[in-house]
Amino acid sequence: MHSDHDTPEKPFGLMAEFDSPESIVDAAQKTYDAGYRKIEAYSPFPVHGLDEAVGFPSNRVSLMVLICGLTGASTGFLLQAVSMAYHYPYMIGGRPEMSWPMFIPITFECGILFAAFSAVFGMFAMNGLPMPYHPVFNVKEFTERVGRDGFFLTVESSDDRYDADETRKFLEGLGAKNVCVVEP
Amino acid sequence: MSTTDVRLRDLEPKVPLLEHGHDYASLTDKIAEIVDTKPHPKIWFVLFAISSCGVLLLLYALGLLFTKGVGIWGVMIPVGWGWDIINFVWWIGIGHAGTLISAILLLFHQDWRTSINRFAEAMTLFAVVCAGMYPLIHMGRPWVAYFIMPYPNSMALWPQFRSPLVWDVFAISTYASVSLLFWYTGLVPDLAAMRDRAKNKLAKYAFAIFSLGWRGSARHWSRYETSYLLLAGLSTPLVVSVHSVVSFDFAVGIIPGWHTTIFPPYFVAGAVYAGFAMVLILAIPIRHLYNLKDMITMKHIDNMAKVMLVTGLVVFYGYLMEAFFAWYSGSLWERAMMAHRTFGYYGWSYWALILCNGLCPQLLWFSAIRRNTYALFAISIVVSIGMWLERYVIVVTSLARDYLPSSWGNYHGSLWDQATFLGTMGLFLFLFLLFVRFVPMISSFELKMLLDKQKHHGKAH
Repeated sequence: MHSDHDTPEKPFGLMAEFDSPESIVDAAQKTYDAGYRKIEAYSPFPVHGLDEAVGFPSNRVSLMVLICGLTGASTGFLLQAVSMAYHYPYMIGGRPEMSWPMFIPITFECGILFAAFSAVFGMFAMNGLPMPYHPVFNVKEFTERVGRDGFFLTVESSDDRYDADETRKFLEGLGAKNVCVVEP
Repeated sequence: MSTTDVRLRDLEPKVPLLEHGHDYASLTDKIAEIVDTKPHPKIWFVLFAISSCGVLLLLYALGLLFTKGVGIWGVMIPVGWGWDIINFVWWIGIGHAGTLISAILLLFHQDWRTSINRFAEAMTLFAVVCAGMYPLIHMGRPWVAYFIMPYPNSMALWPQFRSPLVWDVFAISTYASVSLLFWYTGLVPDLAAMRDRAKNKLAKYAFAIFSLGWRGSARHWSRYETSYLLLAGLSTPLVVSVHSVVSFDFAVGIIPGWHTTIFPPYFVAGAVYAGFAMVLILAIPIRHLYNLKDMITMKHIDNMAKVMLVTGLVVFYGYLMEAFFAWYSGSLWERAMMAHRTFGYYGWSYWALILCNGLCPQLLWFSAIRRNTYALFAISIVVSIGMWLERYVIVVTSLARDYLPSSWGNYHGSLWDQATFLGTMGLFLFLFLLFVRFVPMISSFELKMLLDKQKHHGKAH
């Protein structure tokens, strides 16, 4: 691991606080436009346009849910078709064994079940949660306000353009309420 | 500003969804305080004590049921389904309003859902707990309840997948799981906010574990919002399918009074109707006791009353059509069933039902009544009773008189039927009170989004 002679360990990055949804979107956009890529914004509620501003225009949750939903529906259908028509057919009054219309409700329920499980667990997994520790929690202002009314922008020190003084000046120039170092 | 904007403003509700004077911090504090700092109203402890007695009663009734068998209930052939199935359908129906509020109204961009969705979802969850218990305990041998699931077994047998009773197993278990996931997903950001402000160490640990380390990052919110919207999109057809499947339990049978195609839509409407009545029964005291009148405004109460009126009319139409088709079908059995239902041994229950569900909600046409919380509370209770009677009429009167006079018989619930039902009400209230005590009961991040929207709307003019 790289280390300076001043600081024993390289910080995670810098964090700037803003006080409104508009100002954080604006600041995130400007930071991205200035060439920073390892940036992340934090807000107490979803702010529209903030994901695009930090360079995350779209996610793959819908695709994953679609795939899992179809998997669930086919599993449900196969479960019934195989058991009722092949593995243990009941002969009742000469009715067809492969009575697919009767299999639709369970097919549908299984599709919904798998899709909903993937929508929740898949979404959390994609987000890397559960994650008990993250460096941003070292900032006192962050933990005090991110769930209430604080809007935060971080630039990670691993970003190519990161420079402790330059980046700090840049963030302050965006109108941040305060800028602080995030311990790793 | 363009003319469309002006028109939109004119359409804005006169009573706001969120009273003015709130900012992001004050909203968070107000919701969180109920859980972490404010002393609870005395009535909470009183109700908690009462509901705990209800839970004990339920445990006793179930213990007796498991030792003595379903003979302690009033069920006897020909009426093999009694209070157990009536209560099952009643509870599951109540649950549906929670899903309607959280999912369908989200898809339709109905902002007024925001302050009531959290506890309506909790209501769904607890109602499903009460409902799900009945199919399990009504079996003669509840310890082999797992026989209804498809699993590899030494007998190489499968459940009959063409039976609506097996569809029910899948529908109810899916509904319970999805409701739990939907509720929990909505809670995570608020639990994270609770974690960050918790002073009590134990509370902090608990909130930290359940909030999964949520930190509100923009990328997380992006995936979260997509997921939440998809869950809403999935829950919407789910809730319709669940009560349709519940109605198939009856409609697929050939008993006169059950075998009708009107059952699925009219059961779904009835479910929403009963559910909104229960949401009102819970919301009216809550907004008063916890001083939440600025978040659950008269606008919410009024809207819920309107939904209740509309679904009530659909249900009433269902009753009329049932009677009409019994006559129009020309079937001797259907006509005899209807005659028995209206003027026979159980006639009192039919007319009580018409009074509770058909006539009483007509009062909701008047805005003075919709805005009077006492009247609305009373109407909601009447509607809940009416919806219970509806299932009583459907289950009992149909079974008591089928095709052969030799297999006719009358039925009454026994003391233990009543004790079990009272017990589930106790359990419902018990779980709900715990929820109010330990979990933020209004979604604070969604209210903040609403506030943000209101601010922008204000600025535009």
